[in-house]
Amino acid sequence: MCLAIPAKVREKSGVNLATVDVLGVTRKVSLDLVPGTDVGDWVLVHAGFAIEKVDEQFAQETLELLRSMPYLEEDT
Amino acid sequence: MFDQNDFRDPELARNLIEGINHYAGVIAVNKGADYTVHLMEVCGTHTMAIAKNGLRDVMPANVKLTSGPGCPVCVTANKDIDIAIELAKHHDVMVTTFGDMLKVPGSYSSMQKEKGLGGDVRVVYSPLDALALAEKNPDRHVVFISVGFETTTPIISATIKRAEAMGLENFSVYAANKTVPNVLRAIADDPSIQIDALILPGHVSTIIGSKPYEFLADEFHVPGVVTGFEPLDVLQGIYLLLEQLAKGEAKIDIAYTRGVRVEGNPTAVDAIYEVFEPCDAEWRGLGVIPGTGLAIREKFAQFDALKRIELNPPEPREIKGCQCGDVLRGAMLPFECRLFGRACTPEHPIGPCMVSSEGSCAAYYRYTDYGRN
Repeated sequence: MCLAIPAKVREKSGVNLATVDVLGVTRKVSLDLVPGTDVGDWVLVHAGFAIEKVDEQFAQETLELLRSMPYLEEDT
Repeated sequence: MFDQNDFRDPELARNLIEGINHYAGVIAVNKGADYTVHLMEVCGTHTMAIAKNGLRDVMPANVKLTSGPGCPVCVTANKDIDIAIELAKHHDVMVTTFGDMLKVPGSYSSMQKEKGLGGDVRVVYSPLDALALAEKNPDRHVVFISVGFETTTPIISATIKRAEAMGLENFSVYAANKTVPNVLRAIADDPSIQIDALILPGHVSTIIGSKPYEFLADEFHVPGVVTGFEPLDVLQGIYLLLEQLAKGEAKIDIAYTRGVRVEGNPTAVDAIYEVFEPCDAEWRGLGVIPGTGLAIREKFAQFDALKRIELNPPEPREIKGCQCGDVLRGAMLPFECRLFGRACTPEHPIGPCMVSSEGSCAAYYRYTDYGRN
């Protein structure tokens, strides 16, 4: 029920609406809750609404953190 | 852009599991080999992610993953489900609902049964679809049945504001939405429920941030980590919790940084409290918990279904033998319920924890072999 999927904003239209792309499937969502969202941004979509912008940089940082964990180094 | 599959990398998973075993070992030394660490997740999506990815099977022997009241459908009390069912019986009402509320049994019926008896019940993906139905059917009163936590509530507020701007007079909401922090307080306060640390919900926290959980660390010395939903995310959350427990620390941390900021999404939080005001709410298995419900404010009364439609739902009753309440409190695991896998299966579910796609019984039944023997 709290599922939210990362999606890329392809186009903005109408009253605070946007077309987003989720793994090739496009759908219309509302941007009411994420003012300042632009085409090209990634957002978390839940039940037809963008609820937050996804921070790409944090995604990369998390992955780098996981790759740099001590136990990995001990094995290599 | 990152690829979600990056967060399913088996090499990094093995690495995290090794770290989890390391800290579980430190805890065993500190607290004794027979001490079992209870980590509770409080989000139905985590319940599913843990079960689907078999994460229980890779936990050290002294680490137990339990499920809390994190499935918004499951925690909805029969009293509220009966009201939704009464709305479905109303001949001039078109009920719109999320899919997983449809089959949930109330005291005597379900929305699905009423649909079979001629009730106008429609499953929608978004409350925006309910608005579109109201626009297309001006002679019908469209009611949206709303359950959910802070992830879902702001979209209900935004929908009501859109209905107001559209001047829609044939649309209203029956809201049984709930909030998470105070139910965590009730659980942390309950001596019968052992919790060493909390896997905190990801997308609820996208909205409210991490501050509302700080009382858990400050007052109860219970660590919490806001966790994402991919396998690596969940393993990272567990790893960080065990690290804290091994070091005797208790703080609220965010592992799911790509989706959650400390301050959350203030626009969404403002939207919640512009349209709703806190009230008491009844939770299945937990009773009435003060300040965990949300009622539509007087200013938006025209969008409150209960203020517009006369209903007299039956006196609610519990389903005989159903122990969903204990499962939801984390006091019992699904397969410890007498009905699990026998009278209660996905094909003919008895309690909501088996009906709901994020219920812990549904997760256990579908992804573990407890349901077969």
